[in-house]
Amino acid sequence: MPTFLPSAAARRLSRRVGLGALGVWLVLVLVGLATTLMAATEPSTKSGAAPRQAIAILLARERRDLPPPLSLLDMPAANDAVAGAELAINDNNTTGRFLNQDFALEVVQDLSADALVTEVAARVGQGTSFVVLDVRPQTVLALADRLKDAPVLLLNAAATDDALREEDCRRNVVHTAPSRSMLADALAQYLVWKRWRRWFLVTGPDSADAAFAAAVRRGAKRFGGKIVQERTFNLDLGNRRADGGHEQIQEQMPSFSQNVPDYDVLVVADESGQFGDYLPYRTWDARPVAGTQGLVPTSWHPALEQWGASQFQNRFVRLANRSMRPLDYNVWVAIRSIGEAAARTRANRADALIAYLRSEEFELAAFKGRKLSYRSWNGQLRQPILLGTPKLTVTVSPQPGFLHQTSELDTLGPDKPESVCKAYASP
Amino acid sequence: MPSAKRAASMALAAALTFAAPSLQAYTVYVTNEKDNTVSVIDSSKLEVIKTLKVGQRPRGVALTKDEKWLLICTSDDNNVQVWDTETLQLVKTLPSGPDPELFILHPAGNPLYVANEDDNLITVIDIGSNNVVAEIPVGVEPEGLGISPDGSLLVATSETTNMAHFIDTTSHAIIDNVLVDSRPRVAEFTPDGTQVWVSTEIGGKVSVIDPKSRKILAKIGFEIPGINPDAIQPVGVRMTRNGKLAFVALGPANRVAVIDTATFKVEKYLLVGQRVWQLAFTPDDKLLFTTNGASSDVSVIDVERLRVVRSIKVGRYPWGVVVARH
Repeated sequence: MPTFLPSAAARRLSRRVGLGALGVWLVLVLVGLATTLMAATEPSTKSGAAPRQAIAILLARERRDLPPPLSLLDMPAANDAVAGAELAINDNNTTGRFLNQDFALEVVQDLSADALVTEVAARVGQGTSFVVLDVRPQTVLALADRLKDAPVLLLNAAATDDALREEDCRRNVVHTAPSRSMLADALAQYLVWKRWRRWFLVTGPDSADAAFAAAVRRGAKRFGGKIVQERTFNLDLGNRRADGGHEQIQEQMPSFSQNVPDYDVLVVADESGQFGDYLPYRTWDARPVAGTQGLVPTSWHPALEQWGASQFQNRFVRLANRSMRPLDYNVWVAIRSIGEAAARTRANRADALIAYLRSEEFELAAFKGRKLSYRSWNGQLRQPILLGTPKLTVTVSPQPGFLHQTSELDTLGPDKPESVCKAYASP
Repeated sequence: MPSAKRAASMALAAALTFAAPSLQAYTVYVTNEKDNTVSVIDSSKLEVIKTLKVGQRPRGVALTKDEKWLLICTSDDNNVQVWDTETLQLVKTLPSGPDPELFILHPAGNPLYVANEDDNLITVIDIGSNNVVAEIPVGVEPEGLGISPDGSLLVATSETTNMAHFIDTTSHAIIDNVLVDSRPRVAEFTPDGTQVWVSTEIGGKVSVIDPKSRKILAKIGFEIPGINPDAIQPVGVRMTRNGKLAFVALGPANRVAVIDTATFKVEKYLLVGQRVWQLAFTPDDKLLFTTNGASSDVSVIDVERLRVVRSIKVGRYPWGVVVARH
């Protein structure tokens, strides 16, 4: 059953955690169960005499009340992000048992922004040094500013806003979620490689849609795409579901997409998923759809099997009984980054781990065929971007022929000379 | 055998435009991951002489000590297939644990050590009785297996834990864990047993480890003009029987590095097919076969001249390779 979740829409899914109905906030403390289980079968190691190091990681999720997605298949799992965190903790602990390091996960979720900031700050005050964020962009900033003097690293796994990496960047934040420009650049490279250069850009009414559209325009200019026409999608489609509905949509979509100069691909910017999925097979001209729906750039695809991803996907399904979503992956990468830094430094002190994570030596194998690392100029995770349809990965960007003097991965998103992030300029 | 060697080099010299065939006819078995087949190549003709339909997703491949059996990790069938090398018929399957990818035989001929990527286990199997002798918990996604020439020490790499686990083959206990660079894929002992070489695919290096002290003696890096460092991803490692030269397959860099084992210096990069992973010598060390997954072919390297002499089309996504004496 297809359970694909585009990364551009990750926030849409994560914001509707099933716990909202309880009307209470919930704090879960999941001390790695796997650690306890493994202790029973722990193999002998020579380093058994060394003292054990404990490393606690907090996952903070903001409540976001938004309407349900168009498709039943996109209904978010209640443990979106959390399952990714659990897998990463298990993976860290499997390594940790050989190195006497114990990782524990704490989850704070279903809180409004203010309550979340207060709760996270309290836990940081009690000694938590690593906080993985599944929150709105403004909450990333609120937390970063509140905790600016604390020995803490915030890892943004959900917000794709370019501003968080650029004009509003903060020294105490790194980003495992790709930025909108990385996603749009990944798509632009493929469309140009495919020689589908003429785009019809359709943008939804939200500010997030406008931001995605801006990233698409930037990608077009950068890689040689041409936007032949832009339209804003303002039709009031009503409630997502009624008995019947396709009759009207089948009329609305062709008329919306009529009289467009000849184009190759319709690129849609609909981050909240309110109409984009209505476009494929309904446009006036027979054209493919890409962007936030159709062919989607994403940090993870639940059907990826290359680069050893099969075992990774299997581990996740065994743990969570569902397939892995991009948000799960972004969280997994964040927590594995901390695990990797701990394994390499053999330390659990926050400053040592943070310094290593930001250093040139840091490299993370994360099932994408090449090492991932953090950009020194804005803390963004350098990573390949997958392009997928609901069922399969179509390709992976950067595309062949888009060259770079240091890393081809830096053809995605703002490169060092373009970056306006000042917080990272002076460490 | 100097006379055979001379004869072989004469044959090489005679065959100017022709690829250098090995004088002796060895049999090369190549698993084709995407086709569920094994290509059988005659090393004297450098041609595919037969294609066997085997189980699903064949990857790691090995021969028993007497070479009567060909063992194939058929990963998607969650077992190991045993084929008769005389009749080329399926003999039986071994219980390998889930998703077997690579394995290695004890130098005595038994047991078989299998890396179960999905279960973080090394499964030890008696290939005669089909019994699982032991299961050894290791790190996340065990893959590469190397065994010391005397059979006392097994080295298993785990891809996500980034470790080489040193395992006592008598007690099946882990005696030490060595942290290496990202995604260790293959562990290979030098013929004299004094070093074990571990390739790290994402780290882009080969770590040379002293199995006695478990200290890393050297880290070998690679630089190829015009190739992005990210694309240099070492996987397969093989050494000539005299221990002088090591060959390292560099994945999507489409090169095999030739390393002087005395100096750890890369002497040469040989251009082969695309995404080269595994390697196997002929028993006389004259030819080295490489599996090139993305181009669906096998490159044949003349080991004396350090030149690629032929590429042979096989099935899709060739993965493992082994060479039999007959």
